[in-house]
Amino acid sequence: MSTTQLVAPNVSAQHWADPSHRDERPFIRKYVFSTDHKVIGCQFMFLSLFFLLVGGLLAMMMRWQLGYPGQPMPWGGVLPETMAPGGILLPEFYNSLVTMHGTFMIFFAIMPLLVGMFGNWLIPLHVGASDMAFPRLNMMSFWITIPAGLIMVSSFFVAGGASGSGWTGYAPLSAVPEYSGVYMGQKLWCISLVVLGFGSLMGAVNYITTIVNMRAPGMSWFRLPLPIWALFITSILVLLAMPVLAGALIMLLFDQLIGTSFFLPESGGQPLMWQHLFWYFGHPEVYILILPAMGIASEVISNGSRKPIFGYPAMVGAIVAIAFLGWVVWGHHMFMSGMNPLLGSSFMVSTMVIAVPSAIKVFNWLGTMWRGNIHFHVPMLNAVAFVAMFVIGGLSGVFMASTPVDIFIHDTYFIVAHLHYVLFGGSLFAIFAGIYYWFPKFYGRMLNPTLGKIHFALTFVFYNLVFFPMHNLGLAGHMRRIYDPNQYGFLEPLQPVNTFISVSAFLLGAAQLIFLFNIVWSLWRGQRAPANPWNANSLEWSLPSPPPHGNFTAMPRVYRGPYEYSVTGREADFWPQWDPPDGRPAPDHSPDGVLIGDEKPASREPHR
Amino acid sequence: MDFSMKRFVSLAVTALIVSCGGGGADDTGGETADEAAGAGETAGPVVNPDSAGTITGVVSFEGTPPAPEPIDMAEEPTCAEKYTEPPVREAAVVSDGNLANVYVYVKEGLPDLDFPTPSEGVTLDQTGCHYVPHVLAIQVGQPLVIKNSDGILHNINTQPSQNRGFNISQPVEMETEREFNTAEVMIPVKCDVHGWMEAYIGVQDHPYAAISGTDGTFSLENLPAGDYVIEAWHETFGTQTQNVTVGAQETQEITFTFSGEMAGRPVPLGEPLVLHADHAGMK
Amino acid sequence: MRWDWIMPEPVSNLGAEIDSIYYLILIITGIIFVGVEVALVWFLIRYRRRDGRRAEYSHGNKTAEVVWTVIPFVLVLFIAYTSNDVWLKAKLADREGGAPADAIPMRVMAKQFEWNVTYPGPDGRLDTEDDFAVRNQLHMPVDRAVRVELGSDDVIHSFFLPDFRVKQDAVPGMMIPVWFEANRTGEYDWACAELCGLGHYRMRASVTVHEAGEFEQWQASHGTPAAARIAPADTTGAQQTTGESEESA
Repeated sequence: MSTTQLVAPNVSAQHWADPSHRDERPFIRKYVFSTDHKVIGCQFMFLSLFFLLVGGLLAMMMRWQLGYPGQPMPWGGVLPETMAPGGILLPEFYNSLVTMHGTFMIFFAIMPLLVGMFGNWLIPLHVGASDMAFPRLNMMSFWITIPAGLIMVSSFFVAGGASGSGWTGYAPLSAVPEYSGVYMGQKLWCISLVVLGFGSLMGAVNYITTIVNMRAPGMSWFRLPLPIWALFITSILVLLAMPVLAGALIMLLFDQLIGTSFFLPESGGQPLMWQHLFWYFGHPEVYILILPAMGIASEVISNGSRKPIFGYPAMVGAIVAIAFLGWVVWGHHMFMSGMNPLLGSSFMVSTMVIAVPSAIKVFNWLGTMWRGNIHFHVPMLNAVAFVAMFVIGGLSGVFMASTPVDIFIHDTYFIVAHLHYVLFGGSLFAIFAGIYYWFPKFYGRMLNPTLGKIHFALTFVFYNLVFFPMHNLGLAGHMRRIYDPNQYGFLEPLQPVNTFISVSAFLLGAAQLIFLFNIVWSLWRGQRAPANPWNANSLEWSLPSPPPHGNFTAMPRVYRGPYEYSVTGREADFWPQWDPPDGRPAPDHSPDGVLIGDEKPASREPHR
Repeated sequence: MDFSMKRFVSLAVTALIVSCGGGGADDTGGETADEAAGAGETAGPVVNPDSAGTITGVVSFEGTPPAPEPIDMAEEPTCAEKYTEPPVREAAVVSDGNLANVYVYVKEGLPDLDFPTPSEGVTLDQTGCHYVPHVLAIQVGQPLVIKNSDGILHNINTQPSQNRGFNISQPVEMETEREFNTAEVMIPVKCDVHGWMEAYIGVQDHPYAAISGTDGTFSLENLPAGDYVIEAWHETFGTQTQNVTVGAQETQEITFTFSGEMAGRPVPLGEPLVLHADHAGMK
Repeated sequence: MRWDWIMPEPVSNLGAEIDSIYYLILIITGIIFVGVEVALVWFLIRYRRRDGRRAEYSHGNKTAEVVWTVIPFVLVLFIAYTSNDVWLKAKLADREGGAPADAIPMRVMAKQFEWNVTYPGPDGRLDTEDDFAVRNQLHMPVDRAVRVELGSDDVIHSFFLPDFRVKQDAVPGMMIPVWFEANRTGEYDWACAELCGLGHYRMRASVTVHEAGEFEQWQASHGTPAAARIAPADTTGAQQTTGESEESA
């Protein structure tokens, strides 16, 4: 059987890199309006890190108010009177901060980092392709994020200010300006997210097509690195969930603009319908925010432990199970909403069950480290922290899955603690791990490891000082989204805790400057990166850092899975996917780049 | 420049484009009062005093006025302790047969003159969890100075139908300025934190509006000679109009009389002052 | 309220049952947490890279996979099963184990930014002549349940009594039953637990649990025949006069 059986029909039309010619495209086409997935990935990195800063700044302002209620904020004078007269934050502005912090972090930081950046960086290289299936669509999916972001930022500067109804935008508060005092800002919020959704959908279509159709010979499904499995499943979630959000947002816009009443009870609408629609999107969304992080963690932990990932098929099965079950748990955000309590019972069961595949993954990561030979490089530090923090976030989820306990902790800081443990302790640490790991490949420079270790240590410490006490605040009954908890007698004694958290948060924010400095400094002065600084196995490490346009000079050939570390009998403690088995001739290339001299189709080879 | 440097510069440029595009001017939609155009007091040099007249009058009330409703401020001691007598609603303030808080204004008949916008503002004060004044006259573009003298959270929720409203808070002693762009009779104002607080704002593009005092009297001065329709508006007892002709240097006296039966007539507000909704028809 | 690892003392029996589910989960997750994190740290130390060492070349262990799938599965279903009964007792006010038949009916309407409580008056029935309304105060007798019909006049709020372990969103367009009973007297906090606008942080009220007999006295002193609806602006039922504010019952 020839190898062409496994290969997509258009593969010979792929643009393979030709080292004898320099890339002749003009600067604008090469680096700005580029269809090269690597450049797009880098663009996503810069854009998302910018919005991560924006989201962080919004949080710092919130923490100022909570730590020092009613006191003028340092540099608060630069804010207009409508937000903070004399530097004192107004309650409606505080509500906008709460809303926009969540909105920016979820939609403009974490999603573009995990799905936009890592998806673009890794998918073509890991499957062995020269680029994505639809490079121009890929470029579009990045550039559409920019107007979406501009619209969202502009909502701060219109009369009435930015949306103050939470990132969850519950109606009728979000639907009726007379209730919220927000007029144009809420509409801009809706429009921005609809536009962003288009970008996500374009990306999802591209990723799925590339992964399904453009795997190189030998790259069977079960030889794919786990980030690709995660991104593949995540893309399916994006494809199915984002349209639901778009629909809900358009209905909300209509209620605000053209006199419909989907969510307004005075005219027969149902506030609860907004919640069902939003969370039907919203729960798969949180799995979109964690699955790629899990994939990255698997990659880095296996590499750092010099050991195959423990239970690769179970890891894949767990990803699929999490995604699948993620469609039937949305009601756990609505236990107190007034929906039929019997639905509370059924959603409790499904929510409890979805803890199991996450537990499987945690045990498998532990199993990977067990009897490994652990190298504490900076990516590994962050990936291990991911596991440790994700465990806390996951276990705290069990409390809120139990409906009677949720009666007490719903809409308290216990929930805030949980979500930050999974999104920051989980996703963000995995993002750090991935950036430290792959930055050398895409920028050709190593990030400074000393700065990396300092950044990691400070972030880890301050992060826990900020978010762990929030569990206790929640258990004391401290509600969410409260501008001044001292209005309540039972919350007044907690003020010192809030101040402590705020100070820790300021320090946490400051520590991220080290990371940003490291990036900027390393781009100019970083040590030049070799092709394979981590002695890793997946296909990108066979290429120079950074890879040329078109990636591979000839179609790569894959001989084994991506986690063949410390293989018995071999001297090196890694065995790359592209390295032919002993005794086999090195691959030969025909003039059009197709491999010859290789009779066995990949599917008949064992994947070990 | 090597490969990664070029890449960084291009991306930094892209990032700059993004960040430069994101910051906008602080535009609050023109609702925040800025330096008002034009100077001078009401009816300045536009109207020649030699050819102007005055309309004065009294608003009286016939019959027994309704007893004032007391307000329970127990949960807001900061306000409650400011009162020596129990505070009451001001829905009908009658003393000695005179009705206060009636908004009297020129509805029709003004010549097409360009009246200057006063730069001096009109103050709406929140003191003792109470709006002072209860009814307020302001011109288009004139600053409305909202003052919180109580030092506790108030929110000022205006619900106009012709103008863009606003719903803002003042958590401490502070002042905020806003303005209205269109004439409107009357804009209800409420505080959602203290549901008993209510006020009404009348906006005109001319200065001829007055509020009757506790003695029922009002006065519209420096009116160009001519035929006018004068309307009197009261939140409980509705509206009445009268036709008045004023000559130069003349003073015309008119009287509006309200009575108890007029209560409950449709009161022309853009949006009814919804202080609580109707519960009928709920599951 | 104490600020602590554990929640403040509950004042209702159902609240104590809810707390025991919390402790059950705390113990189970606590053991798992300690076990996993200790194992993690132990592995990091024990299997750190050393010269001459080599990692074990293993791709996994099917038995281990089965064990750590089945055990968590059983544990979480056990937690769900134990939780469900308490949940249905709390929320299905009209089912067995729910609100007792002699629960005092009340109506609570949430609005920006206050709570309005309508009491049934001495006849014990809502929507009768002797109903009266009070703003931001819920009074009840000890050891006797209250069954609230909860609604909202504008946006979604949430009726949160921390000491009672009661929380229920107040949704405009819906009237939702909430029941609770106190086993001791005192004054307790009542908060809004759903973002409802700029005054959300200040939407506080109080619940007063009276000795037996004291509640009837309080009701009698407040209850003057009045419209069941809350008149605009003022409450307490004092001297409802004729006039513009009257609504029909």
